[in-house]
Amino acid sequence: MFGWTGRILILDLTDRKYDAACPAPEIYRDFIGGRGLGGNYLKNDITRRWDDPAMPLIFMTGPLVGTLSPTSGRMAVMSRSPLTGTTGDASVGGRFGTELKKAGWDGIIFKGRADGLTGIEIVDQDVVFTDAARFQGLSVSKIQDQLGKQGAFAAVGPAAENGVCFANIMFDGHYAAGRNGLGLVFASKNLKYVSVSGTRRIRVFDRLSLKKAREDILRLGAASPVLMGELGITRFGTAALFDLTHSRRMMPTDNFRRTFFEPAGKINAHAYHQKFGYRKTGCKGCHILCKKKGASGEILPEFEAMNHFSALLNNTDMNVVVNANRICNDMGMDAISAAGTLACCMEIQNRPLAANDIIRLLQDIAMGRGEGKALGRGAFEYAKAHGNPEAAMTVKKQELPAYDPRGACGMALGYATSTRGGCHLRSYTIGNEVLRKPVPTDRFSFAGKARIVKIAEDANAIIDSLTACKFMFFAASLEEYAKALTAVTGFPSSGQELLKTGERICYRERMMNHQNGFTDADDDLPQRFFQSPGSGTAWMGIPALSREDFMMARHAYYRIRGLDEKGRPQAWKIRELGL
Amino acid sequence: MASSIHRYEQKMIRQKLADPGEILIGERDAEILWNRDHPDLPVLENIFTGLNINSLLLARPAEPYGTIIDHLARTLPDAITLKDNETRTFLHDIPVVENFTADAVIERLMGRKCVIVRDRGIVTWGAVSPEQTFVNFSSVLFSCFVKFFADHLSLSAGGRLTEEGTAAFEKAVSHLAPFPEITADLKKGPFRKEEDVYEAVSHAGKPVVRYGLVDSVMGNVSYRFHDTLYISQTGSFLDELEGAIDPCPLDNSSCAGITASSELPTHLKIVRNTPYKAVLHGHPKFAVIMSMVCEKEDKCDFAGRCHLNCPDDRTVADVPIVAGESGTGPRAIVNTVPDAVSRHGAAIVYGHGVFTAGEDDFIKPFSLLWNIEKKCREAYFRRLEMTDHHQKR
Repeated sequence: MFGWTGRILILDLTDRKYDAACPAPEIYRDFIGGRGLGGNYLKNDITRRWDDPAMPLIFMTGPLVGTLSPTSGRMAVMSRSPLTGTTGDASVGGRFGTELKKAGWDGIIFKGRADGLTGIEIVDQDVVFTDAARFQGLSVSKIQDQLGKQGAFAAVGPAAENGVCFANIMFDGHYAAGRNGLGLVFASKNLKYVSVSGTRRIRVFDRLSLKKAREDILRLGAASPVLMGELGITRFGTAALFDLTHSRRMMPTDNFRRTFFEPAGKINAHAYHQKFGYRKTGCKGCHILCKKKGASGEILPEFEAMNHFSALLNNTDMNVVVNANRICNDMGMDAISAAGTLACCMEIQNRPLAANDIIRLLQDIAMGRGEGKALGRGAFEYAKAHGNPEAAMTVKKQELPAYDPRGACGMALGYATSTRGGCHLRSYTIGNEVLRKPVPTDRFSFAGKARIVKIAEDANAIIDSLTACKFMFFAASLEEYAKALTAVTGFPSSGQELLKTGERICYRERMMNHQNGFTDADDDLPQRFFQSPGSGTAWMGIPALSREDFMMARHAYYRIRGLDEKGRPQAWKIRELGL
Repeated sequence: MASSIHRYEQKMIRQKLADPGEILIGERDAEILWNRDHPDLPVLENIFTGLNINSLLLARPAEPYGTIIDHLARTLPDAITLKDNETRTFLHDIPVVENFTADAVIERLMGRKCVIVRDRGIVTWGAVSPEQTFVNFSSVLFSCFVKFFADHLSLSAGGRLTEEGTAAFEKAVSHLAPFPEITADLKKGPFRKEEDVYEAVSHAGKPVVRYGLVDSVMGNVSYRFHDTLYISQTGSFLDELEGAIDPCPLDNSSCAGITASSELPTHLKIVRNTPYKAVLHGHPKFAVIMSMVCEKEDKCDFAGRCHLNCPDDRTVADVPIVAGESGTGPRAIVNTVPDAVSRHGAAIVYGHGVFTAGEDDFIKPFSLLWNIEKKCREAYFRRLEMTDHHQKR
């Protein structure tokens, strides 16, 4: 087999045993890897509670991982989400995926629950269960200090141990398997860390063709202003997008009560670089290097954390943003959800959050103490408990990211239809609605957006399955990556064939959510977006979303996706897709 | 959606890329909407069904493109390999099919953005908007034009012309419009107010498109005003820049211009390092063709890599030809163009296009671009005449 190792590690934590599964080549071909292949191992258990020991937690790499293919050092993490109850997944960078592949494993499926706090250490084909009691309560950075720098590691911090519903699994210190609270599933299995290092090479079917595909992809990347341009992500990190949402007046501010944050121009990416200095860092196998470190080594916040710990909370102190981001990484919490929950709290309590409030509350959430315990359940549950559900800016109970949907109708629809709850990365129509790639579309119109969202969801499901980085697709397309996939695996492929596989992956997620009772009622946005306009001006209006247009677009989306009028899967479509 | 498909139909007609009545363009959300009824729609709707796309275009190109495409599709029956660097980067190559059936077209569109159907026309698709079908169609015409004329010159020089090729060439040339004698009504600078800058930048691209010097999807424009560069956005149309201009502070203190043209680094370096404030970049076809004409051809150590690192000092129309690729990186044109522009006021990028600059306004950059293309066209036919004579002797 080329590209894939052909082996998936099955870890039984209850009995401290491990085994290897060897999927048939057709399974690999049909679901590729990452989110696609992971979903295959999730579907039969998806109706279990997230903390049922039999609920699998899945790490799954893709066929391109560990090869020359650009931006392919990623991995998917999957299980059922404790935060949303939906199918849960995250695409994570760092070195873990590459090390796992080099160790000879395409993925890991964790099952069962260990007796005591446990670690797993994988070196090539050797797997050791360790007693991790000494790590109890330790932050991610302290675990990193103890594990050393060999290979890669995944771990949870105190937030997961203390039941925070948006706890992350952190990789290599600061790469988050974010959203959906999958850290809580990790902790429910009494796992504290997993380390891995590998020494093998990934077999590639046709190295020359892979080199050609790589050159094509890199050439497109070099010509992309968003990626490699003077003001792009390589230079400024994802923080570069901060000025963009500011200038388009679609910056979530004050818990989405406004869309413009006056001081934003003074706390933008340039300001962070001036104040903290910067150097580039990034995932294994990636040339974009979107992560930025300050001169003294601190991780600078990415766009979402940058927005949510400033504009969303009416905070202008960059030190607080950096510190809040550090706490989230170190405690193992999702920054978007943490900040979104604080913003909800701020609105419900009708009082501003001072800098020290933000830091204190984050620490309280992570430690499960005081008010932090209630906040740790996420904005939806917090607002509901306080009799003010309208203050939770969530979709399927997941806090919304840093693009106000009133500023981009495709994003509005994509937030609603996302199978993992409020998420910008499922359809990421910001590419065409704001970044003008591959061509610009009218961001204030729902016209045509149903199919755009559907196609983009399919494409992103493939990107999460290859497993590559979505940023690269601001420049390249599946057309180029299909060439890389064929070169690596030897399986014939094309951009359009991959989209068909993406459709199957997305539809199967809809089926899993349907099994857990999700319907059209869950594919919706908070009412605020339909009732209140954003912070527009005479020359750039930011009107409230038209409920009628949204409903029509959602209805069109269901038709295009092959769902019934309630958003439920249909037998004919399931048959058509071979699911 | 209806306005969108009609907009691009009209744009194709206005730019003489296709004739009225020769364009079928459809957009699909839940339903498919076509610009008009036609017997070919059932085949096209089957193509829609077979692909995960939202827009589709079939059009027979206007002349001389029709003749060019027909000839290339006959002589390269599987796929057309492109010569210019810009379209080659994202089109890679252009597949050709013999029959206009849904299956044949789908098979080739599975992995490419466009396909030529022999003696029928070009099919292109988009996953976001009909604009993609227009951009891809326009790019196919540009790249095939460049390849056709460049190949003809090369074949002629090598004494390898065929009768069929010569006939196609003569027919294509007979359809070439005379080189336009024009006076552009561009405003005189320097500009003192920001609104004047926006107006000047948005007007600068109009004449180059209107007179057919450059296709609308091929180029970018900028003007330095105080410490800010006002530059056209990526993927904007040169003749429709209103609302598509990004202000980019020269000190990079804002990233709001992340949507600026991919050539922003080159524009910035020119205005930072030279007295020039106005920069115009376009892809006039004969300048692109002549930039690739080289006496050495395959007898050079750098053959195949000319666009990256040609070491020779070459000129055409008295303008330096430089190597480099779009965007950033050690082989990018930001490392070659600004220096050439600072010395000559203009530069031609190998297989790509032309940069021109002016101190205060776009009058000089436009005039330079017009003049370069005029001289390159004359140089092309002069050179062809020499090879013809050579062949006949």
